[in-house]
Amino acid sequence: MTNDHDMLQATRRRFLIDTAALAGATGIGLSLATGPASATPASMRAAIRKVVGEASIKKGRLKIDLPPLIENGNAVALTVTAESPMTADNHVKAIHVFTEKNPQPNVISVQFGPRAGRAMFSTRIRLADSQKVIAIAQMNDGSFWSDEIEVIVTLAACLEGV
Amino acid sequence: MARALINVPAKAKRGEVIEIKTLISHNMETGFRPDNTGKPVPRDIITEFVCKYNGEEIFRAELFPAISANPFLTFFTIATESGTLNFEWTGDNGFSASESANITVE
Repeated sequence: MTNDHDMLQATRRRFLIDTAALAGATGIGLSLATGPASATPASMRAAIRKVVGEASIKKGRLKIDLPPLIENGNAVALTVTAESPMTADNHVKAIHVFTEKNPQPNVISVQFGPRAGRAMFSTRIRLADSQKVIAIAQMNDGSFWSDEIEVIVTLAACLEGV
Repeated sequence: MARALINVPAKAKRGEVIEIKTLISHNMETGFRPDNTGKPVPRDIITEFVCKYNGEEIFRAELFPAISANPFLTFFTIATESGTLNFEWTGDNGFSASESANITVE
């Protein structure tokens, strides 16, 4: 009798362990199956570090213009403006734009020179999810300035099938 | 040859900051979308755009899959002298397109 009881206990324990393991395995399976990999805040930070290096990034002197509520993420008007006199000894060298949750963190990198007259550009971008968009400006003196904006996207871009 | 639209003012005063608008037809396939067999459609995008004013580079952009289809870019330059603006797009699968516009500076 006691033997039987032990047996039962053992199989029950075994069963619980097995189901837990299985649940874990399917859990991992599911998380792998949820479509293409997306850029996480960590990969965005890595992408930013790749551009900026060890330099520190200060807030300001840059403005992102993006609608706060986006109905269609396939084409979103983006304008980035940097405050700069754009002279030979004080100008913006480059502006880089990054996203947090698109499949890839980079969006666009533009390079200016003193000939640009105005450190500003517009384009249309894709946004895969409600997320943070960050722009970083590189000045000719080597300093970096940034601005970030939080946007809500109701229809995501480019991840659905053909 | 992809169709490109350029908007540059025909005339400008010397030293004036002018706006340049460009648009090129390209579907900018991201490489992240699955086709009906579940495999991702290979990436096919424009990766680089360069604008030169009388041979001198004034604006350059590196594009990523997050740029919408038919990439549209507007930027500025100082009208320094009469001449030609050259626009060049290059991308995946040997894509290359160029366009030019003339400007008269008074």
